[in-house]
Amino acid sequence: MSTTSHPAPTAHRPQAPSLGRATLLVAEREITSQVRSKSFLISTAVLLLAILAGIVISAIVGQREPGETPVAVVSSVAGSIDGATGLDVRDVADRAAAEEAVRSGDVDAAVVPGGEPLGVAVIALDDAPDAVVQALTVAPEVELLDPAPAEGGLRYLITFAFGLVFMTSVIGAGSMIAQNTVTEKQSRIVEILLSAVPARALLAGKILGNSVLALGQTAAIAAVAVLGLVVTGQDDVLTLIGMPVAWFVVFFAVGFVLLAAIFAASASLVSRVEDTGTVLQPAIWLTMVPYFLVIFFNDNELVLRIMSFVPFTAPVGMPVRLFLNEAAWWEPVVALLVLVAATLAVIAVAARIYERSVLRMGGRVAVREALARSADD
Amino acid sequence: MLELQGVSRSFGDRRVLDDVSFTVGRGRLTGFVGGNGAGKTTTMRIILGVLSAHAGTVTIDGRPLDGARRARFGYMPEERGLYPKMKLAEQLTYLARLHGFDKAAAGDRAHDLIGRLGLAERADDPVENLSLGNQQRAQVAAALVHDPEVLVLDEPFSGLDPMAVEVVQGVLAERAAQGVPVLFSSHQLDVVERLCDDLVIIAGGRIRAAGSRDELRRAHATERHEIVVAGDMGWLRDEPGVRVDELAAGTAVFEADAATAQRVLTAALARGPVESFAPLRPSLAEIFREVITDEEPADDAGRTQELEDAR
Repeated sequence: MSTTSHPAPTAHRPQAPSLGRATLLVAEREITSQVRSKSFLISTAVLLLAILAGIVISAIVGQREPGETPVAVVSSVAGSIDGATGLDVRDVADRAAAEEAVRSGDVDAAVVPGGEPLGVAVIALDDAPDAVVQALTVAPEVELLDPAPAEGGLRYLITFAFGLVFMTSVIGAGSMIAQNTVTEKQSRIVEILLSAVPARALLAGKILGNSVLALGQTAAIAAVAVLGLVVTGQDDVLTLIGMPVAWFVVFFAVGFVLLAAIFAASASLVSRVEDTGTVLQPAIWLTMVPYFLVIFFNDNELVLRIMSFVPFTAPVGMPVRLFLNEAAWWEPVVALLVLVAATLAVIAVAARIYERSVLRMGGRVAVREALARSADD
Repeated sequence: MLELQGVSRSFGDRRVLDDVSFTVGRGRLTGFVGGNGAGKTTTMRIILGVLSAHAGTVTIDGRPLDGARRARFGYMPEERGLYPKMKLAEQLTYLARLHGFDKAAAGDRAHDLIGRLGLAERADDPVENLSLGNQQRAQVAAALVHDPEVLVLDEPFSGLDPMAVEVVQGVLAERAAQGVPVLFSSHQLDVVERLCDDLVIIAGGRIRAAGSRDELRRAHATERHEIVVAGDMGWLRDEPGVRVDELAAGTAVFEADAATAQRVLTAALARGPVESFAPLRPSLAEIFREVITDEEPADDAGRTQELEDAR
């Protein structure tokens, strides 16, 4: 066996990577190994397609009602519907021609000269279209002193969307973190990894990598949603939710790290993939609670207010309140500070649990034990 | 030189390592031999810092080990572990990068080792698709890919066919020749006997013997000789100062001091042609058995095994 191709040893043995660099390496592996996995690509594609389909369908359903109404107008009264929207105006010579057009179904209605006070009349077959009647109706200008930015359906929909996006991303990425942690432990590669890099780098890299993935996925969702809304001409919704979405991204990023740390620390307590289900229960509940709270209490201001300051529910609660215009300017700032502080504290505890339990094989390690033990195991 | 001094460790109230001291010299292949549960794995985990000792020190060239120093060790754990779904070459590259090699250098090292260990065709297969023997080679590669300063391998030869044993042995010997202390455990005594320069024998958490293979052989040599003649050796029973162990027609194994043995040879030559005459050197298995049974209450080893299993 030839040794000529063997790189000369000993001489240029490199320095061990710094904590930050090791973290980045771990994160890079987490990202590349997942981005290349078929299941990740397929599930992301399905998710994006579903969102796009939802937007397109809502556009089609939404547009059938206010679509342009064909209407015949006798030239002498054409001025009465000038500037009306939603009408497909066709000029006709006189009332007879207008009636003919209505009967044949070419138009839904006709505007013809009529009696006082309007001087016009509407002819329709069996039902006068709202669009035509509204175009001819004089309505007073309405000025709202305290406008509700969104009511009913939209309010519910946006709340639902914030909650759902947060929950699915965290549970998806959290399970991935948990599974990777246990796989590393089960396959014992963690012993090899830890002989190279500290446990903290391993944990941080895992959280960082999966956070980037989840944020990327969420950004893709947002991009597809914006694109879909613009293309289907529903972009007026965007101006309503722009600011809350910006806050949502910030809260999402921090809240995600908070929960990711909990998932990783929980998973490090067990040694077999089969055991992850039970040990992840608390983390999964913490993730689902904000979703259910916003769904059930999205019109209860007190619950939302409390939610928007509690770290685990703030990522959903605060953007929803901002969207509903219920929060003062300082409230998201305070909530964010609380969230960041809580996240730092949880990471410290999670790192401790992770360091203590990731090398312990066999049965489940109790949290109390992992925290209380001196550095001897 | 890697040195352990007075290392002790207990799990609960059971002492699994008791005052363990030995050295692994630079450029030496040191075999670490003991029964199941004798404390080999625990010792190795302590060397790597995966487990902490309750007493004693591990030093390299007289300096205590810290994390940075240990990061330059190569370790093959008892339980084999690599990412099952990651491609072999990528995985080794990743491990080398974790040790500080840049991407290109890490890739070169990975492919080089893969070639050395005869896995070139498998470089782009996920590890879980490799046969057990090949996974084992991959594991050896994982321990070597960052050009470690010290090698600690837990049962590197188990599950390998003779060809693979030779390949791995070649790679380890090469590292040792570069001045790397290599410690490997094994319960395959024949393999250890063939490969290692030095030996450490552990039983029940205590070191029973340590030293170079030849020293140990000499120290445990009995004054046994084997003689094969064309005729019959029956007369040997009547020789003074001779204890006959085995006797079958022209072949005899006997114990006698050197002078007596020479006398027997002369006598045999006088009676006819002698086909062979040689002192019997104890095999490692014999030394091992002798060392262990001499001092070891039999059930101790079994107990520590249960303990390690339970962990």
